[in-house]
Amino acid sequence: MVNKIWGFLIIIGVVVCLVTGKVDVLNNEILESTKSSLDMIIKIFPVMALWLGIMNIATASGLLSKLSHALSPLLQKLFPEIPKGHESLSLIASNITANMFGLGNAATPFGLKAMKSLQTLNDKKDTASRSMITFLVLNTSGVTIIPTTIISLRMMYGSQNPTEVVFACILATLISTIGGLIIDRILAKRR
Amino acid sequence: MIEQISSYVIPLLVLIVVLYGIFKKVNVYDVFVEGATESFDMVFTMFPCLLGMIFGINLFLKSDILNYVFALLKPAFSQLNIPTEIFPMMLLRPISGSSSLAILNNLFATYGPDSLIGRLGSVIQGSTDTTFYILTLYFGSIGIKKIRYSLWAGLAADVIGIVSAIIIVNCFFG
Repeated sequence: MVNKIWGFLIIIGVVVCLVTGKVDVLNNEILESTKSSLDMIIKIFPVMALWLGIMNIATASGLLSKLSHALSPLLQKLFPEIPKGHESLSLIASNITANMFGLGNAATPFGLKAMKSLQTLNDKKDTASRSMITFLVLNTSGVTIIPTTIISLRMMYGSQNPTEVVFACILATLISTIGGLIIDRILAKRR
Repeated sequence: MIEQISSYVIPLLVLIVVLYGIFKKVNVYDVFVEGATESFDMVFTMFPCLLGMIFGINLFLKSDILNYVFALLKPAFSQLNIPTEIFPMMLLRPISGSSSLAILNNLFATYGPDSLIGRLGSVIQGSTDTTFYILTLYFGSIGIKKIRYSLWAGLAADVIGIVSAIIIVNCFFG
């Protein structure tokens, strides 16, 4: 699937650029994308190291399992395959909590660790398990209570009321999360 | 009020975690360093996936083929009373977080954040996440090759999010 999409993106991109006579743009972009991916990694790396460190303290002190305990009735319903008390539940809980507060940078390392932990429960290591896909949907629908980036951007452009969209965002994210989870369930049952 | 709350979240989180750690007699510094070391492995497995995705998506975007798609779909959108200016953002939101953020910047600069278009852009950006990025990163980092129906489920969540954003903004501010 990913292979086909990736091939499609590149073939369309190159062919259309060639046909419309934008060879220079193409050459430039091929070099540029290596640079922008390195920039991205360099930006993510130290932030990730920091949050993984902080999270390790929370794990060692037992704070994280407290959090997952609070969220466990909900998580049990969403992830029926995960055995009770498994560490992936507390990682998923911390990822969701970080996302809710708009801490995207902190949420990513939690999410990656959660995936790693879900992989230990997975029978076929190259195939996504049902729990993994449910967790992915939770992340792509973007459960946010405080959309920090949007608020700061609106402030930057001199909005009269930067936070007026917050409630609308919460409502939209709620609908997309519930809708995504329903579709996830339907698709999981079908195959 | 919310801006103030959100600026306190991170410092308070750090404070609580460290305080609780000390209270539970954890060697906080040692444990921190141990955890941070894990980031090396993660970054190394992430990088090739990220590079591949950015390469593919940027080549595709640079071909401007989406402009033709926009032109094709324009009549349908004006019929549905959706501002066509928002359209590129709707399409790019699941594919590239930085492009959709760049478009939102542009919309704010042109129409202002308090216009209907500005508000709609805000809600679309704020209520969904970059599906392709998350998919690449999360599955790439653990070596998942068969992603099954996950792309469809993720994209469905995006579509639902964008459609509800349009309806909600029209109800609240329309």
